[in-house]
Amino acid sequence: MYGGGYIFDEQSKRPLQTQLEDDPVKLADFERRIAAGEKIEPGDWMPVDYRKQLIRLIEQHAHSEIIGALPEGTWITRAPGFKRKLALIAKVQDEIGHGQLLYNAAETLGKSREMMINDLLNGKSKYSNVFNYPAETWADVTVIGFLIDAAAIVNQVANSKGSYGPYCRALERICYEESFHLKQGHDAFIELATGTALQRSMVQDALNRWWQPIMHFFGPPDKTSVHSEKLMRWKVKMASNDDMRNQFLDSYVPKILELGLTLPDPGLRKDPETGKWLFSDPDWDLFMKVINGGGPCNSERLGVRKWAEENGRWVRKALMDNNQKKSFPVA
Amino acid sequence: MDNQSLDPRVKRLKLDADGKLVTIQEGENWNVFEVFHQEKRGAHHEHVGSVHAPSAQLALVFAKEQFGRRKKCVNLWVVRSADILALDVEDEDMFANNADKTYRDASGFKVMEKINKFKGKK
Repeated sequence: MYGGGYIFDEQSKRPLQTQLEDDPVKLADFERRIAAGEKIEPGDWMPVDYRKQLIRLIEQHAHSEIIGALPEGTWITRAPGFKRKLALIAKVQDEIGHGQLLYNAAETLGKSREMMINDLLNGKSKYSNVFNYPAETWADVTVIGFLIDAAAIVNQVANSKGSYGPYCRALERICYEESFHLKQGHDAFIELATGTALQRSMVQDALNRWWQPIMHFFGPPDKTSVHSEKLMRWKVKMASNDDMRNQFLDSYVPKILELGLTLPDPGLRKDPETGKWLFSDPDWDLFMKVINGGGPCNSERLGVRKWAEENGRWVRKALMDNNQKKSFPVA
Repeated sequence: MDNQSLDPRVKRLKLDADGKLVTIQEGENWNVFEVFHQEKRGAHHEHVGSVHAPSAQLALVFAKEQFGRRKKCVNLWVVRSADILALDVEDEDMFANNADKTYRDASGFKVMEKINKFKGKK
C-alpha cells in the first residue's frame, strides 16, 4: 500500500514566491531534462517548488505506509488461521519497510526524519484518509487488503515513472512487494465472497462501509484540482485523480460484481460512449472533515503512533552514540 | 481521553494520557547508512538504499530486515552515508566525450576491413 492519489495541500497563507528564486536558465534546462525522460538526482539543481512538492508527496506517502499498517496490525492476533496470521505479519512488516524506504527518499531532499515524524504527530503533515476509518470485522481487512491495496498500486505504478530518482527506486521495490499484498488480499476476499451466506453478508457489509472512503482515495475531481498542471509537467504527479480513479474502477468493479456482490452507488455505471465510469459524487465535505482530524479514527491512529514514539524512546536513547554526526542519505 | 478503539490491545494502552505534545529531538532516529547487497556469489555488491541505525553493526541487522527478506541475497555491506565521497552531479559533463574515444574500444579497430581489402587485391 498505500500512497493515496490525493496529496493533501497545506493551506498556504503566503503566495508562492518560489519562481522568483529560480534561475530561469537552470529552470529551462531542468524542464528540458524532465521532458527528455531523464531522472533528477539528489545533488541536482531543482526548482524550490519541485523540492517542496516532492517532500510533501513522499513524506505523506511514507506516513500513509506507517499509519496504514496500524488498522491491519491490530488484526494479526485475530486473523482466522495460522496462514492468514503469517501473511498479515509479513504484510505489516512490508508496509513499515515501505515507510522506511520512503522516509529515506524524502530525506535526500533535505528534510530530516525527525522533522517529518514531528509534523505527523502534531497534525501538520497528513496521511491517506482511508486509515481514519475503523476495520470493524475481518471482512474489512480483506476489503482493505484487496481494494485499498489495488488502488494504491494504481497510484504507485504511475508515480514510479516520475522524475525523481530516489522516489522511483523506492517505488519499484515497493510495487514488487505490493503484488504479494494484492494477491493475499484478493485471496482472503474471495474466500469470504465465495463462502457461506454469513461470510458473504460480512464482506458485503464491509464493501458498503468502505466504498465511499475508496472513492475518496484518489482525491477530489480534476476540475477542483489547483496546481496539477505544473506538477504533471515536472513528473511529480503522473496521472490525474480522475484518470487513476477511472483506471481503478475499470479493473476492479467487474471483479466485485462478478461475485454477485453489490456496490452502494446506484449511479455507478460505465458510459458506453466515452468508456469512462460514471458515479455519484462521494461526500467531499466529509473527506475534508476527515483529513482535518474529524474522522472516526484520527485520534486513535495518532495516539498509537505517539505512544510508540514515547515508549520506544528509551531504546533509541540507550543505543545512541553521541559521537556520531548526523548525515543524510546520498541517493 | 476515552479510548474507543475496537482493538482490545489498543484499548489497554493509555493513549495520550498526559495530552503532551510528543517531540522527537533531531538525531534521535540515529544516523544514515548506505546499504549494498550481493545477490549471488561472484556478483558485485550493488547499492539498494539506506537505513537509520545507531552503529554499523545494527545497520547490518536492519539492512538484513529491510533488503534481505525476499529474493536472493548472500551478503550485505553498510557504510556511513557521510563517508561516501562522490563527484558533484553537476560535473557529469566531464564524461561527455567518453564515447568519442574509439581508440579505447575494440570496435575502434577495423581489422577485417583491411584483411578483406588485402584479400580482394590478391
